[in-house]
Amino acid sequence: MFTQWQDFEPGRWMCEIDVRDFIQRNYHPYDGDDSFLSGPSARTRSLWDKCQELLRRERSRNGVLEVDADIPITINSHPPGYIDRDLELIVGLQTDSPLKRAINIYGGLRTSVRACRAYGVEPPSSLIDFFEKHRRTHNDGVFTVYTPEMRLARRVGIITGLPDSYGRGRIIADYRRVPLYGINYLIRTKEDDRDSLNKTMSDYSIQLRERISDQIKALQSLKEMAAAYGFDISQPAANTREAIQWLYFAYLGAIKEQNGAAMSLGRVATFLDIYIERDLEKGIINEEAAQELIDQLVIKLRLVRHLRTPEYSELFAGDPNWVTESIGGAGVDGRHLVTKNSYRILHTLQNLGPAPEPNMTILWSKNLPSPFINFCSRLSIKTSSIQYENDDLMRPLYGDDYGIACCVSAMRLGKESQLFGARCNLAKLLLYAINGGIDEMTEDQVGREMPVYEGEYLDFDQVMHRLKIQMDWLAELYVNTMNIIHYMHDRYAPENLQMAMHDSDVHYFMAFGIAGLSVAADSLSAIKYARVKTVRNECGIIRDFVIEGEYPRYGNDDDRVDELVVELVRMFIKYLKKYPAYRNAEHTLSVLTITSNVMYGKHTGTTPDGRKRGEALAPGANPLHGREEKGALAACNSVAKIPYKYARDGISFTFSIVPDSLGKSTAEQVNNLRGLLQGYFTKGGHHMNVNVIHPEVLKEAMEHPEQYPDLTIRVSGYAVHFIKLSREQQEEVIARTFYRRM
Amino acid sequence: MKGKIHSIDTFSTLDGPGIRTVIFMQGCALRCKYCHNPDTWAVESPDARDYEVKELMEVILKNRPYYEASGGGVTFSGGEPLLQHHFIKEIFKLCRQEKISTAYDSSLYISSQVVLDLIPFTDLVLADIKQINNEKSQLLTGAGNVLNLKNIRILNENKVRIWIRYVILPSWTDAYEDLEKTALFIRDLPQVERVDLLPYHSLGSHKWKLLDLEYQLHEVEPPSSNYLQELAQLFSSLSQRPVYLA
Ligand code: SF4
Repeated sequence: MFTQWQDFEPGRWMCEIDVRDFIQRNYHPYDGDDSFLSGPSARTRSLWDKCQELLRRERSRNGVLEVDADIPITINSHPPGYIDRDLELIVGLQTDSPLKRAINIYGGLRTSVRACRAYGVEPPSSLIDFFEKHRRTHNDGVFTVYTPEMRLARRVGIITGLPDSYGRGRIIADYRRVPLYGINYLIRTKEDDRDSLNKTMSDYSIQLRERISDQIKALQSLKEMAAAYGFDISQPAANTREAIQWLYFAYLGAIKEQNGAAMSLGRVATFLDIYIERDLEKGIINEEAAQELIDQLVIKLRLVRHLRTPEYSELFAGDPNWVTESIGGAGVDGRHLVTKNSYRILHTLQNLGPAPEPNMTILWSKNLPSPFINFCSRLSIKTSSIQYENDDLMRPLYGDDYGIACCVSAMRLGKESQLFGARCNLAKLLLYAINGGIDEMTEDQVGREMPVYEGEYLDFDQVMHRLKIQMDWLAELYVNTMNIIHYMHDRYAPENLQMAMHDSDVHYFMAFGIAGLSVAADSLSAIKYARVKTVRNECGIIRDFVIEGEYPRYGNDDDRVDELVVELVRMFIKYLKKYPAYRNAEHTLSVLTITSNVMYGKHTGTTPDGRKRGEALAPGANPLHGREEKGALAACNSVAKIPYKYARDGISFTFSIVPDSLGKSTAEQVNNLRGLLQGYFTKGGHHMNVNVIHPEVLKEAMEHPEQYPDLTIRVSGYAVHFIKLSREQQEEVIARTFYRRM
Repeated sequence: MKGKIHSIDTFSTLDGPGIRTVIFMQGCALRCKYCHNPDTWAVESPDARDYEVKELMEVILKNRPYYEASGGGVTFSGGEPLLQHHFIKEIFKLCRQEKISTAYDSSLYISSQVVLDLIPFTDLVLADIKQINNEKSQLLTGAGNVLNLKNIRILNENKVRIWIRYVILPSWTDAYEDLEKTALFIRDLPQVERVDLLPYHSLGSHKWKLLDLEYQLHEVEPPSSNYLQELAQLFSSLSQRPVYLA
């Protein structure tokens, strides 16, 4: 036994890697309120002031403070960096100076060069030469084998945002393993795994042996990185400060090795609380010191930066990193998992002010203690920085030690992982069904070739039949495209360090996604319940529609159309599962758009529901703005009908309300917001982003961005600084339905 | 039995405690000068919809988890909901069986028999006081306030929870003597739990125009927030009840 484990409740976790067992045996559920919390220390305040100055400079330079185009980033590429050594209790930066962005070439040479040029720097030609001649990158690998059909599908935007030119991310390493066990123990375990592999050298065992060897190397690199900062992380952490520092080093190593779109943190607050409680008990630290360490960790998480291309930012606006931290939830034994540290990490929104990162995600369970729910609701009203996800829905599927990657993707920590696959455009697919696979914008034959729909009026059964044929086509293409991407990602840009903090035998999900669900369903509803006349252009392609009569619209708790939504989701996952996924992954589906709903809409023609060509699609699983006529709850209920079992990668719903509509006093507002959340989750809803804000404030911020540097709002699945969105995206957010009473 | 319903809002937090489904009933006999919903006046309207009791109950029951989690329920508003008291009574009875809390928001310009008849099924009444002064009430609403005040007293005697609502319409309802009299009237009613002061705003005026009605308050400025704070304080100290500004 390690001496660092003294005073911990022993268990299986001491004999093998089992962080969950450690937590379950050692954590102290906290039922009290937030009155114990401390404000920021003087040291934290000075440090954060310095960071804010840096952030201000970053904003004034078009969102990027500095780019290092010379040294491709790896775990040990850059010497240690500091903000201010005297003020930092938790150390470590991606490069040698704060907010300086490095290039990550393994993901894609062309992309890295493009990203550099977008910010006026040029990587050395020797570097470009080297990669061109000697080292294929992920992006290059993918495009080497893409079929013409895949390229076309990507170009017209039926499938977009694929991680074929950026790091896939959405992998949550179990960073907690480093503080709990130390690097040496992790290496030993990996060595055992490798040695116990079958002696027969099959493809599988050869590949796995190679992977595990690379993982061990990555762990060694991590140890060196920490050593450069003056820490020996080969052994377990002995106290709170070390635990936080070890954990942060583990995360830092991961974001140096990878620039994945979403590099989520996992579920660390309650784990760390165990160390804090032990030190509080021993009198080594007090509450102020505990809060100070958490504040300082969060400062670091707010400074995570990757170099992105402008195209990337169109999909994922506002420079997000999805440093998602999952907070709360309940255990399978019924005890809630809220600790004092769940409060502390949320309290950083008050100590340091609201911010998009880390992406605070409350795992909602009916077992959560009431004071904690009140605290979260109050913070939501104050900061609009929190998202909520239904733990009671996810726990039966993922147990009680899962985390959320990105926005809504659940996975068991260290045991499951996902192969991320962006999303396809269902609204466009419906138009393919009508036009026999011809793209309504470019007039290319993209989908399965069929005659253009012949009748004057659209017939529901015929359109459905055609849609199924196109959906089957899309599913096959989509799965195959994903197989290529992930094969190449594994080969040319593997996440060695992150996988080193997983079991060697990982269960994979392949995560597909859809955009345009509400528009597709409303279109089908119009065809079914009203009369939709087709309007053709000179080539006979159907480019417009005339709707005669009324039809039920998604978002009004009307089963006639809500059933169509469910049917679309059910059908699509069924077709996807027909086609085998790389690594035997389990197919999952999300209804999530990030901010790409604006871009997808731009590339989608007029749809039979009356939405005009180029207009934005709704974000995530939201009804299209302006179509909810029965008030907020009707919209919530419509969304809650989408069964999680068909969309296991998450169903994102963004809910925006003006403060007064939640009640007259703060107490009323808190009560009603928690009632809304509890009601939504009782109804089976999966996820809710909550914004409590006046659209007038947003309009004001559009005109005077300099006065609103910290204004944070939730968009589909994550939070952003509002002023970092493009004008188009800002307008879309404002146009989105804000619930208010006239 | 059918009810004529102007519209339904599934998410209100301003019409009683918690999250409530608010049902706006068609029809009103008063003609308040500041009315936001003149489209609810006519007893028959092409925009209103008939709901069967069962049909409306389905709508109400859909949101039960939200009521339970927030302490909310159902509120009938309007128009004047009590014009359709038979329908409301049926719904309230069923809500009682389902343990859903019941409320209505009314001018109480209605026969006392109706109020008494509903009392066994009513958890809360949002009672409007338009004007405490009978003549001014006549001018403001087209009717005197005798029934209104009498019905509030009846509710009070029968131990029904009451929230008072009072619209601040500058130069029509904010004279000191009227406010004082209203507050003192409230002070003597132990069942009144709180008072909501609703500042007049002109957002409903476009509806008057649409209906070809002459809106007479174009000259009236909405009260400033400072002024409202002042009135709220005054009201609260006189009535000895919590006063909320909407
Ligand atoms: S009682 Fe209400 S609905 Fe009737 S006129 Fe007055 S304000 Fe309008």
